[in-house]
Amino acid sequence: MKKFLALLMAAAMVLAMAACGNNANNGGSNANNGGSNANSGGNTGGQSDAGNTNGGDSTGAVTLKIGGIGPLTGDAAIYGNATYWGAQVAVDEINAMQSDIKIEYKFEDDEHDGEKAINAYRSLQDWDVDVIYGCTTSAPCLAVAGETFADRYFQLTPSASSTDVTAGRDNVFQICFTDPNQGVTAAKYIAENKMATKIAVIYNNADAYSTGIYEAFAAEAPNQGLEVVSVSTFADDKNPDFSVQVRDAQSAGAELVFLPIYYTPASNILKQAKDIGYAPKFFGADGMDGILTMEGFDLSLAEGLMLMTPFNAYATDERTVTFIDSYKKLSNGVEPNQFAADGYDCVYAIYEAAKKAGINDGMSHEDICTALISAFTDSGFSVDGLTGSGMTWNTSGEVSKEPVAVVIENGIYVNM
Amino acid sequence: MSFLSNVISGISLGSIYAIIALGYTMVYGIAKMLNFAHGDVIMVGAYVCFFAVSAYNLPPVIGVLLAVALCTALGMLIERMAYKPLRQAPSLAVLITAIGVSYFLQNAALLWWGSDPKKFPAFIVVGEQNGVSLFGGQLRITYVAIVTVVACVAIMAGLIAFTGKTKMGKAMRACSEDKGAAQLMGINVNATISMTFAIGSALAAIAGVLMCSAYDTLLPTTGSMPGIKAFTAAVFGGIGSIPGAFLGGLLLGVIQIFTQAYLSQELADAIVFAVLIVVLLVKPTGLLGKQIQEKV
Repeated sequence: MKKFLALLMAAAMVLAMAACGNNANNGGSNANNGGSNANSGGNTGGQSDAGNTNGGDSTGAVTLKIGGIGPLTGDAAIYGNATYWGAQVAVDEINAMQSDIKIEYKFEDDEHDGEKAINAYRSLQDWDVDVIYGCTTSAPCLAVAGETFADRYFQLTPSASSTDVTAGRDNVFQICFTDPNQGVTAAKYIAENKMATKIAVIYNNADAYSTGIYEAFAAEAPNQGLEVVSVSTFADDKNPDFSVQVRDAQSAGAELVFLPIYYTPASNILKQAKDIGYAPKFFGADGMDGILTMEGFDLSLAEGLMLMTPFNAYATDERTVTFIDSYKKLSNGVEPNQFAADGYDCVYAIYEAAKKAGINDGMSHEDICTALISAFTDSGFSVDGLTGSGMTWNTSGEVSKEPVAVVIENGIYVNM
Repeated sequence: MSFLSNVISGISLGSIYAIIALGYTMVYGIAKMLNFAHGDVIMVGAYVCFFAVSAYNLPPVIGVLLAVALCTALGMLIERMAYKPLRQAPSLAVLITAIGVSYFLQNAALLWWGSDPKKFPAFIVVGEQNGVSLFGGQLRITYVAIVTVVACVAIMAGLIAFTGKTKMGKAMRACSEDKGAAQLMGINVNATISMTFAIGSALAAIAGVLMCSAYDTLLPTTGSMPGIKAFTAAVFGGIGSIPGAFLGGLLLGVIQIFTQAYLSQELADAIVFAVLIVVLLVKPTGLLGKQIQEKV
């Protein structure tokens, strides 16, 4: 009986794994029940062959191999899949154009883990990758950036916003804002629009992203005439109770609570503030993006919430609409977030730079790296994308673009 | 007034820990094993209730009952598949298995339900209100907090009555004291242990629903941290003791909130665990734990 049960379990597991594999091959996505967009465990990184099929017809076209790294499974799968699909949309668009550059695109899973990111990077090297696109999250990106710097690969990250990623490495560039940049911008934005003078901040002191934004914000706030009346922290996304932090802000009389944190704890804070009848203005950074897409989220909690995000998925310009359309076909209906838009812009930035630098098939990855670095840092180089127009880069790899703040009204983003 | 608010927050958080700790302590008391998968059964219970209420639009009461029923079945299944074959094995093997089951449940949830957070629906409301305001709005108590505290006290009283008065409860206590002797007296030890897991898992489902009603984010890892805290609470109060788990849970919640509010937010967890260490140094069996003489 015991053996029979064990066999039954084994058989069930094999079947389950096989089922995952099948799903993964159908366009690389398997949004299973309830619109969840995490790829299942069996998927070890989807890949696209679009570049191969389209590349053959135009002779003389240069093939550029872009290798992406990000978490397709695990806790951060939402972000990884968004960057994966977002870039795929851009790759498909470029390959459909009559362009001299065709892109081959492959994406490897790092499960939001530094060591696995290195493995993913190694397997991309075996694939003869030309340019590294990623990683999606800061910690793995830091690990990979050390390697690409030594091996001389050009690297562009869609969303790893820590300054440590680019510091001291000429080959690593960011398409997202850096953390300190967001903190300073937030302080200026609040002051210029006279939203409030008494500010409370609740941030995650176990997280480099959150701490980075907070420190820059706290340094800039006095220059802008803002008074930070309450600063409270939490150390773990899994700790659900924020009543102390919220009450601290309330008793300090803060008119605005700045939340440089991700949307999951932020949604708890919004609820618990409402529970104690505290209704200040809430202002978030780009980590807040995604709060509206949480399943079961009470949209009324987010009414009036302001956040800085480079991408407004509710915008109606043609490029955004087309992007959202194509994206949803890849993602089985999951709405794109800013990570997706960052990914899309990354591929276009690499493409524009490659065109400008005159990349050809004979170049080694070292040559491509040098050529792309000089293209990116050239004063005449700028890229128009979904997350900003006229994006330029400085030699330290940081992007310069206009931040956009939006306010949530009736469950959608409205530009401020 | 903020002091009173903190007391209320602490008691409401502590009651959740207490309900989870009651499950831990039941299983430990009778089966003499630490069921580390308990926290993840909580998570499963919360997901079941979430899908019943949000996706299938069932009434919340049915959702809770469904969660209790499924978790009870799951608890018995885990016991049957993972722990029963190890009844004679060294306790370390059982402990490692329990950790394995915990990871299995977390990853199965990740596979089925995805890594994106779900927001648990607020259904403990009266009319449009989710709580009562006192002293002109200075003090607010949510209904969830009231329900949690009441449920916690009721469950504790129920368990004490059950283990003290009923035949099954007496069998449980007999098994807890000496499995071999209990078997000789005609008690079905295996059935008794299964029953214990059933009760523990049913409590886990209730804890899951209440926890997610109060703190509404639902993730595959939702149960792990509260599970560890509740285990701490159970040890704090004296593992194996039902009133001990209740007291330990409440104290842990209040200490946690008070440390956050008055000492240090960064060090809150460190201080909570430091208190535990001090208590165990002074009283190794926990606050209400009984000193059991080992027979030689």
